[in-house]
Amino acid sequence: MKDSTAVRMDRVTKRFGSVVANDAVSMNIHYGEILSILGENGSGKTTLMNMLAGIYYPDEGDIYVNGRQVTITSPHDAYELGIGMIHQHYKLVDVFTAAENIILGLDSDKITYSLDEVNKKVEEICRQYGFDIDPKAKVYEMSVAQKQTLEIVKILYRGADILILDEPTAVLTPQETEKLFDILRAMRSDGKAIVLITHKLNEVLELSDRVTILRKGKYITTIPTPVATEQILTEAMVGEKVTLDIDRPMPENTVKRLSVKNLTVYSEDGIKALDDVSFDAYGGEILGIAGISGCGQKELLEAIAGLQVTDKNTSIIYYDKDGSEKQLIGVSPREIRNYGVHLSFVPEDRLGMGLVASLGMTENMMLKDYDKGASPFLNKSDSAKLAEDVKKELDIATPSLETPVRRLSGGNVQKVLVGREIAAEPTILMTAYAVRGLDINKSYTIYNLLTEQKMKGVAVIYVGEDLDVLLALADRIMVLCSGHENGILDARTVTKEEVGRRMTNLTEEK
Amino acid sequence: MTLTSLVAWIAAAITFGTVIMYGSVGEILTEKSGNLNLGVPGIMYLGAIGSLAGCFFYENGNPAPNPWISACIAVVCALTAALLGGLLYSFMTVTLRANQNVTGLTLTIFGGGVANFFGGSLVKLSGGVGQISVAAASSAIRTRIPFLSDHFGIVSDLLFSYGFFTYLAVVIALAANYFLTRTRYGLNLRAVGENPATADAAGISVTKYKYLATCTGAMIEGLGGMYFVMDYIKGTWDSGGALEALGWLAVALVIFTSWKPKNAVWGAYLFGFCYWIYLYIPSGISAVLAKFFGAANVTHMQNLYRMIPYLVTIIVLIIVSKKKRKENQNPASLGISYFREER
Amino acid sequence: MKDSKYEAPKSSVKEPLVHIVKRSDIEPWKAWGIRIAAVLLGMLVSALFINGITNLNPAAVFKSMFAGAFGTDKRIWQTLKDMSLLLCIGIGLAPAFKLRFWNVGAEGQVLIGGLVSAALMINLGGKIPNGVLLILMALCAVVCGAVWGLIPAYFKSKYRTNETLFTLMMNYIALQLVEFYVDVWDKKQSHSVGVINASSKAGWMPYIGGNQFILMIIIVALITVGMYFYLQNSKQGFEITVVGESENTARYAGISVSKVIRRTMLVSAGICGLAGFLEVSAVSHTISSLTAGGRGFTAIIVAWLGKFNPFAMTLITAILAFMSRGANQIASDFNFNKFASNILTGIILFFILGSEFFINYRLVFRHRPKEVK
Repeated sequence: MKDSTAVRMDRVTKRFGSVVANDAVSMNIHYGEILSILGENGSGKTTLMNMLAGIYYPDEGDIYVNGRQVTITSPHDAYELGIGMIHQHYKLVDVFTAAENIILGLDSDKITYSLDEVNKKVEEICRQYGFDIDPKAKVYEMSVAQKQTLEIVKILYRGADILILDEPTAVLTPQETEKLFDILRAMRSDGKAIVLITHKLNEVLELSDRVTILRKGKYITTIPTPVATEQILTEAMVGEKVTLDIDRPMPENTVKRLSVKNLTVYSEDGIKALDDVSFDAYGGEILGIAGISGCGQKELLEAIAGLQVTDKNTSIIYYDKDGSEKQLIGVSPREIRNYGVHLSFVPEDRLGMGLVASLGMTENMMLKDYDKGASPFLNKSDSAKLAEDVKKELDIATPSLETPVRRLSGGNVQKVLVGREIAAEPTILMTAYAVRGLDINKSYTIYNLLTEQKMKGVAVIYVGEDLDVLLALADRIMVLCSGHENGILDARTVTKEEVGRRMTNLTEEK
Repeated sequence: MTLTSLVAWIAAAITFGTVIMYGSVGEILTEKSGNLNLGVPGIMYLGAIGSLAGCFFYENGNPAPNPWISACIAVVCALTAALLGGLLYSFMTVTLRANQNVTGLTLTIFGGGVANFFGGSLVKLSGGVGQISVAAASSAIRTRIPFLSDHFGIVSDLLFSYGFFTYLAVVIALAANYFLTRTRYGLNLRAVGENPATADAAGISVTKYKYLATCTGAMIEGLGGMYFVMDYIKGTWDSGGALEALGWLAVALVIFTSWKPKNAVWGAYLFGFCYWIYLYIPSGISAVLAKFFGAANVTHMQNLYRMIPYLVTIIVLIIVSKKKRKENQNPASLGISYFREER
Repeated sequence: MKDSKYEAPKSSVKEPLVHIVKRSDIEPWKAWGIRIAAVLLGMLVSALFINGITNLNPAAVFKSMFAGAFGTDKRIWQTLKDMSLLLCIGIGLAPAFKLRFWNVGAEGQVLIGGLVSAALMINLGGKIPNGVLLILMALCAVVCGAVWGLIPAYFKSKYRTNETLFTLMMNYIALQLVEFYVDVWDKKQSHSVGVINASSKAGWMPYIGGNQFILMIIIVALITVGMYFYLQNSKQGFEITVVGESENTARYAGISVSKVIRRTMLVSAGICGLAGFLEVSAVSHTISSLTAGGRGFTAIIVAWLGKFNPFAMTLITAILAFMSRGANQIASDFNFNKFASNILTGIILFFILGSEFFINYRLVFRHRPKEVK
């Protein structure tokens, strides 16, 4: 009888540049139990588990597996220790069959392989835990749920006893989720250690034995699930409500600027990224969008900016200043921009879209209107002046206006982007994650800028991560939950818990 | 067209095809690891000059060279020279992560330079153009299968009139095919080329596979270079760039085969058939075409006919890109260096 | 066997000794320092190579090479001519490569430009004023070169057809076309057209002050400066930068990616076509399958290593022209063949190419802090 402790992590720290992703986290994983790791986006859940899986290497701290101190430098090491992780982005070779993916990289004495043997063993595993998988199917023909099943089978085939699943239900339908849970329970009774990375409270409560909570890279607590309630978990996850001193004047003279109806967008995998979302945005107010990241925020903003293919029932009406109505569906991004609809989108990799990393501030200022005027040459003096103004106004630290923006710090990059959009005097200003990676003072600069725009009569749509900020900055909050609109709330009266609950649980009436 | 000329055409196509079959089978292995090596002509050049130089020094310093020893020297030197080329390419692109296309092109310039420099010098050493000859090695390598090659009339001419390296090319192509589709190492290699991050996560050493595949591929390409010198041009040297053209055709053939070595067998012969077509198009047709294109002499049309293999490749390229069938596409991460910590 | 998996794998007990980290950025002087060091190392290895085959000591090698490249006025002009021909093609390739369009077809585009120029020289020479003929030749070379490049660009923008191999195949089609017309024009069955209009000099680029190459060098210099401003200051150049950097950002900025691909290839291949015109009209006064002479490939590496900056590219072509002229000198001193210069070119390029690694990455020797707080 072995000790039930499978993994012990002791004061593990991981930094990415100046960002501390995990700050001296200590925790245990046991055999025969399902452990949930709960936390908001950016709380460091995935990073922590990646260190067990051999993707990252810890800067400090020790890891013990089965009581022995280990060094895990590659996924291969992790496999040999019996640790298998199912990543959010599946590690599968598209043109291979399921069976080929399963035996990929396995050590064996034989040079050739017999797919028949593999198929037999796969069938055995499937029977044991109730999987349904065709070993001969090609991965690119599979649904997302099938791919996930394949990942699990692959790990079991390798004899893993410690399974880590990163947000496994994010892409599954409720029925598929139920099936997955049954399988996980079966594996638990088989004595395996199972770690579930999640931010969904209902899953935690339904499935797990214990729950470990991380917040902003720090270990908060571990609670046995029987004594946990939604309330306790939410509070531990989001923390105390922080009072922010953001000046929030009441909206004045609001006018309807945008009316979105039945917005449906399919992602590349054919999954609904947005499902029938409808809302209005008004000039003179800030509409906050709350939601776990990846719940359709990106698609929402891009659809309005004309960068997404939308379902045929969708309608997005823009109400111009002269009172005319314009349908934005089917209109080119450039024309939408000329109407005054501006998207200042800060994607996950900050420089992937919106800014050209190798160019300086001056040239980035003209990204959207470089082609104005009849001359075949760029008008650099105008944008140099604009860059100078933006730099002064937003206090951007850059060696020169010609310094490639990739060399600026994250905060300054953000300010360049937001500064450019504001300078274009938009009627609708959309920003996503505008303060990601900024310290508190720089964040306030951005908040004040947005509020200023609001008071000028601009319709501001603000996609945010930090609930405290959303509650203090926005006038109304629309909650997105897995691509659904899950309530549009008055930001002045709603509680943080209520928003948090709607982010993670689809309300029944929808 | 007479039967004899058809047989001659097919025989010429097979000899020609063998050179590019070596080149493209080597390149398929290389590309399956995700390395797009545009240095194939350079590596084939290295193999060619390696074998020629090795034999030259053996045969010239020896009054009665043993053909079989000389042939072995040819093979060993070709493999070694090509291996060095493959190592250089792997070091540059895998270890130093230099751009694959640029590295490959540089290798082609370099390999061609080395080969033609020393090839030219050897020609000079042996007394001028056309004088160099490593007859012993060449005759050994062009040895035909006894009995079969001369007892069955046209069948012998068609199937058994070639040196044994002609058959080895087919064997290597089929072996490579078996390796890629049936063995674990082949499976791992394909995974590296398709999705190195996945292969890495499955515990496969991406670097090791890329090095091994590229170097093995280079050695096969080197055999192609040796075959060119010893069999195709019968133990002499050619400074006219013919081998470079064949090297590029080998690269093109890779696409034509949709990265399946077994297709390289018939594909290479087909390319050879297309290549020599210019000698066999009936003069009646040529006369009509010559009038159309304003050529005074019917034989001038041959220049245009020699475009055919390249045109065929382009058409295949377009069809493949239009169809977008997953199985026929290039390895998904072809041309991209892999760095684990890069997102 | 089964239990062994609970033991720490042997390979992982050791910590990685060297760790490669991507640099976020590097100061320009440092980057150029690394590149210069690479060029010097490459030259040293080249000298050692020559030392190996000639027994010349490295200093003598360089002296000889220097004499070959700059020894007499005539040699200086030859070196400048080599340099400007290569540079012209490199300049043509720069916009395409900045767009990440792998135009490996410069050889073919040069050949087509040269072929059209030669055709006009042969057919119109003496029939129209020389000035008109020259302008017509240049224009047709540009247009035909551009069309030659547009074909793969069209399929790339429409079906995403692999342009590397497409353009490569186009080279050989151009080559066969040239060989065809060489035969058609050749009256003596000698597989060459010889010097065209040797007596009338129709279609020959005028000599200035008795110098054959000055006008051509001026034209290439103008194109080089022009390309700098095109890439840096024009709207089209801006679009090339944005698309080359990220197609997503281009979409966001409302730029049509396929339009930019097609237009840029017209520019790129057009300049390559012009290079063919220069080769025929100003240098060789003939056309043959050797007109492009491999420069189309070398120019790719020039454009890539010069980071598409025309002035950096000028510098690299200068080094390469020096090396190749110098190598030719040594070759003729020692009765070697001209391919020595390809070897030296290869060596230098490998060194510059390898040096990029040390610009983009740095090596970290890991020692893990074990302190307990």
